[in-house]
Order: sequence, then structure tokens, then C-alpha cells
Amino acid sequence: MAIDSVLLARDIGAGLATIGVAGAGVGIGNLFGAFVGAVGRNPAARDKMFRDVLLGFALTEAVALYALVIALIILFT
Amino acid sequence: MAQESAINALGQFQLTTGFGPVGRLVGFTNSNEMMLLAAAIITMLFTVALRRKAIVPGRMQGLVEMSYDFVLQMVDDTIGSGGRRFFPFIFTLFSFILVGNLLGLFPYFFAFTSHIAITGALALFVFLLSTTVGFWYHGLGFLKFFSPPGVPGWLLPLLIPIEIVSFLSRPISLSVRLFANITAGHVMWEVFAGFMIMLVTSLGAVGVVAAIIPLGLNVALTALEFLVAFLQAYVFAVLTCLYLHDAIHLH
Repeated sequence: MAIDSVLLARDIGAGLATIGVAGAGVGIGNLFGAFVGAVGRNPAARDKMFRDVLLGFALTEAVALYALVIALIILFT
Repeated sequence: MAQESAINALGQFQLTTGFGPVGRLVGFTNSNEMMLLAAAIITMLFTVALRRKAIVPGRMQGLVEMSYDFVLQMVDDTIGSGGRRFFPFIFTLFSFILVGNLLGLFPYFFAFTSHIAITGALALFVFLLSTTVGFWYHGLGFLKFFSPPGVPGWLLPLLIPIEIVSFLSRPISLSVRLFANITAGHVMWEVFAGFMIMLVTSLGAVGVVAAIIPLGLNVALTALEFLVAFLQAYVFAVLTCLYLHDAIHLH
């Protein structure tokens, strides 16, 4: 069975690039954990804080998407 | 060369031309069609909804006024004083990206924000605008933005290149965030739809029953994509406001 080592390396590289999304998972979990804790202490601040939470979520998710973009670049070009 | 996988996940982002031979001549792609449609929807929505100008708004006027109020609140909170003059630009940006993201969710329509060219152009414009505003308001003193106040002198040669690099990475992060979010959502849709088709063609009747699982996942993904459409438009607008705040108020 002939293995095309270039395609093999490409697929392994794309799989390794996806490891980067783990950091974003930790970050987002941290952020929302802090949000829930803060709302528990001060429920009145919920609406004021929620906009910053959304902003923080999108900024953290962007890092996961950078890793995804690199994986897509490896796979498709 | 790239090997053909069983599921063609990225083929949906290729551009086709519309409007027949005239479109082919000019190169009027489906991306352009969607952008025209988004602009027409926004204009018509505001024209029709604000026609009656009632003091107590009906549903459509209420919706339009709520979105206006939402963006105005965001601009006032984030840019602070001197921000009102940028409100038309921020509102146009926000509604264009929002309607663009939402239009991409419909079948056979095309999400023009899923191309890095479009989001890159928008992010580059925002970057150039904020830099120009910074130099307009502060002249060459805008360069003091790169050395935050209260930093000890020996740290500055290390800090200023880092600040400059993070400033220059703003258009990249802004464009890639929007582009990758929309593209990833559509790619996942296509992959699960491919699973459905593969199950049905290879397993027959059992496949039809088993294909309900990818179908359920796609329905859940649709809900997520709605959320992502709103969230990404909001984040793009808020980050633009933040960059303008930095340019006007220098931290």
C-alpha cells in the first residue's frame, strides 16, 4: 500500500494545528466563570457587565479561529 | 496538489457571476449581488418604517428605533465625547455586516462576509480611519499613544515595539475574526449536510433514519449561526468604537 507522504504530512499538520483551540476553550470558560461569579455577588450589575462579556468572548474566540484558519490553509493550499 | 476529499467543504465559497452576459462582462459576482441586496434591504427598511413618524411607534418603526438606539448607546458609551460624529459610519458598518451575515444564512444565498477580501477591506478602512483620526486630532503627538503613561523609562524600548506590533495587528485580527467565524459556520453546515447525503446514499432506508442525527446538529448549528451573525457584527462595531476612542482620547 503506497502512502503519499506529502498528503500524510499535510493531514498530520492540519490535525496538530487544531490543538490551538484548546486555549480558547480555557479562556472562554474562565471568562464566563468570572462573569457568573461576579453576577452572584452583585446581580444588579448583570446588564452593564454583559456587553464586556460578549466582547471578551469574541476576542478570545478569534484566537481559536486563527488556529482554524491555519489548519484550513494547510489542508486546502 | 490538494486531494479531493469526499466532502467538498470549501466549494460553496466560489464566486459565480450573475445577471447573465452583462454580469459576466463586468464581473458582477453573487457576492456583489448580496451586497446590493443588503444595502437595498437596509435602505428600504428604514424608509418604509420611518414613513409614519408616529410618536408611539408601531412594530416596524419600533424595531428600527431600537436598533438606532442600540448603536447610539454603544457609540456614546465606548467613544465618549466627540463620538457622535462617527455614529453614521458605525451604524452603516454595523447594519451592513449584520444584514450580510444574516443573508448568508438563507439557502442558495451567499454570505459576502465569508471572503477575506470583503472583511479585509472593511477592517483596513476602519484601521486607516482610526489612524487618520488620531493624527488629525493630535498631530504627531499621536505617537505618544505607543508609550502608555506611568511606564518606567527602562521598559520603554521593550514596550514600544510590542505596542506598535499590536497596533498594526488590529486590521488583521478584525478581518480574520469576522471572516473565520462566518466561514467556519458555513463549512460545518456543509460537512454535516455531506454526512447526511453520504448516510442516505450508502445505507438506504436505515440511512434516512440515521441521517436525522446530522440533521439535528445542523438545526442546532443554525441557531448558533444566528447568534454568531449578531455577535460578530456587534463585536466589529464595538472594536471600531474602541479604536476610535483610542485615537480621540489617547488611552
